[in-house]
Amino acid sequence: MKIPVIIDGQLVKVEKGTSVIKAAGIAGITIPTLCYHDALKPYGACRICMVEVIYQKQRRVVTACNFPTEAGMEVHTDTAKVREIRRMVIRLLLARCPDVPILKKLAQSMGIEDIKLKQKDEKECILCGLCVRFCDEVVGANAIGLSNRGIEREVTTPFKVLSGTCIGCGSCTYICPTGCIEMVVDGEKTGMRMEMGNISIDPCQDNYECETCDVDKEFMTTVKRVFAEFRNKYSSH
Amino acid sequence: MKKIRTHSDFERIKQEYLKKSSGRTIVLRTCLSTGCRSQKSVAVSEALWSSIEKKGLQDKIEIKQTGCHGFCEMGPIMVVEPQNIFYKKVTPDDTDEIIEMAANGGGVIDRLLWKDPVTKETVKCERELPLYKNQKKNVTYKSGRIDPKDIRDYIAAGGYEALIKVISTMTPDEVIDEIIASGLRGRGGGGFPTGVKWKICSESPGDIKYIIANGDEGDPGAFMDRSLMEGDPHSIIEGMIIGAYAIGAVQGFIYVRDEYPIAIDHLSGAITDAEEYGFLGNNILDSGFSLSLKIKRGAGAFVCGEETALIISIEGRSGMPRSRPPYPAVEGLWGKPTVINNVETFGNVPLIISRGREWYADTGTKNSKGTKVFSLVGKVRNTGLVEVEMGTTLREIVFDIGGGIRRDRSFKAVQTGGPSGGCIPMSRIDMPVDYDSLREAGAIMGSGGIIVMDETSCMVDVARYFVGFLMGESCGKCVPCREGLQQMYRILENISEGNGEEGDIDALLEVGQFMKTTSLCGLGGTASNPVLSTLRHFKSEYESHIFEKKCTAGVCKNLFDYYIDDKLCTGCSLCRIKCPEKAIEGKKKEPHVLDKAKCIKCSICFNSCKYGAILIT
Ligand SMILES: Cc1cc2nc3c(=O)[nH]c(=O)nc-3n(C[C@H](O)[C@H](O)[C@H](O)COP(=O)(O)O)c2cc1C
Ligand code: SF4
Ligand code: SF4
Ligand code: SF4
Ligand code: FES
Repeated sequence: MKIPVIIDGQLVKVEKGTSVIKAAGIAGITIPTLCYHDALKPYGACRICMVEVIYQKQRRVVTACNFPTEAGMEVHTDTAKVREIRRMVIRLLLARCPDVPILKKLAQSMGIEDIKLKQKDEKECILCGLCVRFCDEVVGANAIGLSNRGIEREVTTPFKVLSGTCIGCGSCTYICPTGCIEMVVDGEKTGMRMEMGNISIDPCQDNYECETCDVDKEFMTTVKRVFAEFRNKYSSH
Repeated sequence: MKKIRTHSDFERIKQEYLKKSSGRTIVLRTCLSTGCRSQKSVAVSEALWSSIEKKGLQDKIEIKQTGCHGFCEMGPIMVVEPQNIFYKKVTPDDTDEIIEMAANGGGVIDRLLWKDPVTKETVKCERELPLYKNQKKNVTYKSGRIDPKDIRDYIAAGGYEALIKVISTMTPDEVIDEIIASGLRGRGGGGFPTGVKWKICSESPGDIKYIIANGDEGDPGAFMDRSLMEGDPHSIIEGMIIGAYAIGAVQGFIYVRDEYPIAIDHLSGAITDAEEYGFLGNNILDSGFSLSLKIKRGAGAFVCGEETALIISIEGRSGMPRSRPPYPAVEGLWGKPTVINNVETFGNVPLIISRGREWYADTGTKNSKGTKVFSLVGKVRNTGLVEVEMGTTLREIVFDIGGGIRRDRSFKAVQTGGPSGGCIPMSRIDMPVDYDSLREAGAIMGSGGIIVMDETSCMVDVARYFVGFLMGESCGKCVPCREGLQQMYRILENISEGNGEEGDIDALLEVGQFMKTTSLCGLGGTASNPVLSTLRHFKSEYESHIFEKKCTAGVCKNLFDYYIDDKLCTGCSLCRIKCPEKAIEGKKKEPHVLDKAKCIKCSICFNSCKYGAILIT
């Protein structure tokens, strides 16, 4: 059943429960995101996608990436309040990660020159969790996770030791919006390694060939083919 | 065969137990809850046993090992019935005498009576203690009166009657209506109407539903939920069974933090006993309704008390909140409709069913019904667990029940609602305590912590402390809470170290307000309360820290000095003797002098001077 939703004055019809961000997409309106990806379950962590909705006479700010639409809902994606929230998200993230290009670009587009905050850091990872969720939900390798809480939180392999379950697909490096996971090509067997700050994620050292391995062999053949192609591409440079 | 199938089985068991215990007319109620245990109440209890055996009084005197009575500070405590004599700080050496007196039915041991610190009068009876007499004990009534490890004692005190009433005479919808009409609101912090939550869950489609009791209690200094779980586990279980019946749940969990071993022990014993008697398990009371209960132990992260994080933690993943909607009542544990309530909320349920919605709705204020249990701590004379009617004023709690401020200092503020609560100033002391008034004053009910502060508490430091705590407990998932708390902490640290600048107050307001509107879960959503509420009611204190570099409360070490007023100083030399840095000099009976350069501001002298001669500049 399709329901009517008004987004920035534009009427769209969507399936009930469609997230606000998808409904906005249908209306051709882009909402900035930092922790959202079409292929993943919404996470709602960066809060940059916040919009104002009016439903049943109640006005509130919600995250567009995971808030479900209801019939007759009004969505405003560019109010003064929304802009103020986005600016604050960027200011806070820049205080943590001053050199991340995507943040700098967003700051520029919002006209932020001075973040006007005191606590400053030099980190690269914004903790959007995209890499971790992609590795879990799409790749199914679960090689990386988020450990610790609060200010100590970080992306790492279990117990911070070399991961045996990374298949070396490189998805994390691809999806990371800040570029803080890098793929390094070396080694005869494995072909590549993911470097992330002070940890590196290595695909299996034994090339997934020993008896006890429960990795899908057929899948691994494909992965190995991709490895080989990748290696060839790099070595021909 | 203990399994109860009919009402007459129930009555028979109850009467048998009452008859068995009726011979022993003298009952010593000794507290074996965590507070008193830490003061060696186990040894006292053992000594009482051997004193009784020595005198061969086993048939006359009964020792009832109960849960928390509430006056933990005076532990180990005990009450001698029927005279209702209250003894405090009992030691194993006192037990022979106690038994002797009790057996003779007369006389009290003066040195073990509680003495009013102001009037210096002793109080003989438990029911006359100021801490107790101004309370209204409903939910905590049984804790301290029954043996929490004996289901028959609970039954004898009227327990499980509500369950029998529900199962034999009410439909699930009638139960829900009764709870809605009573006006019960969640005691875990949010204050959501419990009956409405049950209704939403019962109307959510699905064959499998769950019920969860939240006994995580992560607030530092709070112990209401622990006391209830330890002292009256069956009332929580009974409330859960009634809730499960109402929503159609077949499985339930009680989530208790692992730091509460006695609560876990008592609850698991209670579950086993309830199963044995047919209140839990398959075909409860021969009604066809079944429920199994399990205990889940939490690893003690504050954020795991948040309902979605708690559910994720039960599922075996790391406890991190997720966005709502969907609410747990619609999509909860393993994606199934789930009711999650605080343990005290469940403790209210049997009372409402037994005594009726009108009785319940008669207490409290318009929108906050019933009573609330608080842990009263801080600079008040009497600290402990208190239960009062909703709408009782802060003044009554602090002065009538708490006995006023220690050392005759002046009252400054109360902090309610745990770490993310707010501070309420003196000018609001006649405010009734209920969900709405607290919220209006910028604080929250939270799970029920009340910390009383006097003139020696610095509001900037209080805000800094709570923000620091929350910064360590934030799960770190969302930007406003993780980054916002760090920003606020840095600013507060600067201010309290004397490096505050123009603009700091505005920055705190800006970040604090932002966190409130944009955080993912309630932790971040309320984490700025300590800052925003102190800024609202004590702004001048921030300003004197920032602009005059003064902390008049004498807490922020860079921002004050001690000095000795030569008119007030009697030259008693106490401060000179106590000062660890030898910063105070002076001859006996002559005014002393404090050397600022040597003083490390440990406040020992300040707190020890009997003449108030040590002052703060
Ligand atoms: C950070 C945080 C911590 C919480 N801790 C607790 C807790 O320790 N105990 C509790 O009962 N509720 C706690 N809550 C509230 C729960 O999320 C939930 O609202 C409550 O268990 C619902 O029960 P009620 O309706 O009976 O209050 C907490 C909430 C937040 C945001
Ligand atoms: S490269 Fe390894 S860590 Fe990265 S997504 Fe693939 S399997 Fe996961
Ligand atoms: S490493 Fe990249 S993708 Fe992963 S959480 Fe950090 S910023 Fe996001
Ligand atoms: S508000 Fe804090 S505790 Fe809640 S999800 Fe965000 S970071 Fe975690
Ligand atoms: S994209 Fe919605 S919170 Fe990050």
